[in-house]
Amino acid sequence: MNRFSAPRFSRRNFLAGTGAVAVGVSFGAFAKKGWAEEAKKLNVYNWDTYIGQTTLQTFTDKTGIAVQYDLYANNEELFAKLKAGNPGYDVIFPSDYMIETMTKLNMLMALDHAKIPNMKNINPAKQFSDPAFNPGLKYGIPYMWGTIGIGYRKSKVDEPKSWKALLEDSSHAGKLALLADARAVLGIALKYLGYSMNSTNEAEVQKAKELLIKQKPNIKAFAPDSGQDMLLSGECDLVMEWNGDIISVMAEDQDLAYSVPDEGTMVWTDNVCIPTGAPHPDNAHAFLNHLLDAQVNAEIANTIKYATADKAAQAFIAKEDLENPAIYPPEEVIAKSESLVDVGEFTPIYDKAWTEVQAA
Amino acid sequence: MQDWRRNKLVFSILLIPPTAWLVIFFTIPLAVVWVYSFGQRGPLGETIITFSFANYLRTMEWVNLYITLKSLWIATVTTTICLAMGFPLAMGVAFAPPRYKNLLLLLVILPFWTNLLIRTYAWIAVLRTNGYVNFFLEWVWSGLDWVFGGMLGQFQPLEMLYNQGAVIVGLVYVNLPFMVLPLYATLEKLDKSYLEASLDLGASQWRTLFSVTVPLALPGIFTGGLLSFILALGTYLTPDLLGGTDSIMIGNLIAQQFGPARDWAFGSAISFILMYVTFACLWVKAVLAGREGAVNY
Repeated sequence: MNRFSAPRFSRRNFLAGTGAVAVGVSFGAFAKKGWAEEAKKLNVYNWDTYIGQTTLQTFTDKTGIAVQYDLYANNEELFAKLKAGNPGYDVIFPSDYMIETMTKLNMLMALDHAKIPNMKNINPAKQFSDPAFNPGLKYGIPYMWGTIGIGYRKSKVDEPKSWKALLEDSSHAGKLALLADARAVLGIALKYLGYSMNSTNEAEVQKAKELLIKQKPNIKAFAPDSGQDMLLSGECDLVMEWNGDIISVMAEDQDLAYSVPDEGTMVWTDNVCIPTGAPHPDNAHAFLNHLLDAQVNAEIANTIKYATADKAAQAFIAKEDLENPAIYPPEEVIAKSESLVDVGEFTPIYDKAWTEVQAA
Repeated sequence: MQDWRRNKLVFSILLIPPTAWLVIFFTIPLAVVWVYSFGQRGPLGETIITFSFANYLRTMEWVNLYITLKSLWIATVTTTICLAMGFPLAMGVAFAPPRYKNLLLLLVILPFWTNLLIRTYAWIAVLRTNGYVNFFLEWVWSGLDWVFGGMLGQFQPLEMLYNQGAVIVGLVYVNLPFMVLPLYATLEKLDKSYLEASLDLGASQWRTLFSVTVPLALPGIFTGGLLSFILALGTYLTPDLLGGTDSIMIGNLIAQQFGPARDWAFGSAISFILMYVTFACLWVKAVLAGREGAVNY
């Protein structure tokens, strides 16, 4: 027998060691739960470049709560992160259709409106104060909203008045780009054909799919986020993009413009919510209240150049933004437009149609 | 050092951390994905654990099979080009004077130090309509135009981006080091006297290359080819950034299932199909390597 079989690794020592570790761990847990009041921390999970420059700082100055700020790229990433259980986020910013899915799966906490007195600032229009995806603003408050439209280069293209310029016209073949989102592209195609973008009629979705497959040879790429870069660099002359993206490149190149076609478009609304299992719900409510403050909200809107749902903030927003139809579209456009609704078990039909469009 | 058989206890204890790591972070998640692949998508995008082969059957539908076959094709083309470019490069480094060997090796590995995403974006800047290649071609064109007195007409920029060609260029660029390094390792160990003997016996340089060097370097070719093929097959970023409307590959399809489509069950099934293809390639390599015997790498 050699030295290593001495009782260094004996059963007794092993049990003693494990016991010590277990006791240490339990005391560590006590250390965290010692106080009944919430710690002065907040974990915010938001889209990139979607908050003002001073928002978080003024919140910390006002309340003394330190903010941990994380980013995600799209709703699906947010959903995937929270689906398996909240990893500790207090505040999230889902879009309209994602709220429906999350409420059905009990992933959102019902808001205590008494803790958010600034809710009186929200635009009283039904679209914001009582939307279909979030009745009575029970699970979230509206944040920013906007449209999808056509970004185009004025010197090369006449103002496109219809989605036809992107979906059927071949006069700018090879210089067109669409979004890469299944619901957005199929939804706009459905709208162009005169159907609802939330159609659950399979024949209609197939027609939209065939329209897209027919137009595919003229399309340069399905650009998830880079449509505005392609427009700016001259790669494309007509792109389907979110209004905020086009507005940011319009500032760099005077030759670019944004238009919403006459058939109507998709109006999206992002909201602020508190997920179930949030470790600091009181701090989260205070943050939501802070975001609805007129001045804070105006500072956010002036920085990120999106339309805000906060009516009181409009008094402090830059005049040229309020008059810019790309940011605040006129009433007639909103009247003809729709918001995305979760189509539940019909979603695989959309996905299959989208895969077929991509593979064709 | 002791023979591990003489003290199995210490050996097993030392083995616990890496085994635990492998089990917790690799085997268990893989098993979870495997179980998911037999599940189904609920109406809200959650995954219901049942037992059905529906997802695997769905991967065989033409829409998905087409994407899989296209990915296999792109991966094969990429590997072939990598081999054609990588073999001379590896030979150059292996037969270089010892002074320069490390420097040349460093030059091959240097691109790895930059993030993959940034390197792919760089290709966008090079290949696009207002990119560097088109600038250069336009400059040449206008020069020739001036020489020929304006006969050539307007310069039409080449469409080099947002198509399968761009994807292949991007993939070759990323996978070239993976081909070169195993080839270099094999060529390095090569007994140069074989080559000398072949040349002395009257074979030309080309004959020597194809009859002596390549067969001796076969294990390196297999390893490098396998690495490049598998990496190119499962790629996601390159077709997403550089590809156009005809460039969707299997990696993008899987990402869509785990993302917007919220059909994790189907995504898991496709992922496992990809894994089985990879296993098949490894098995083929093992069989061929077993037969080679002598120069095993």
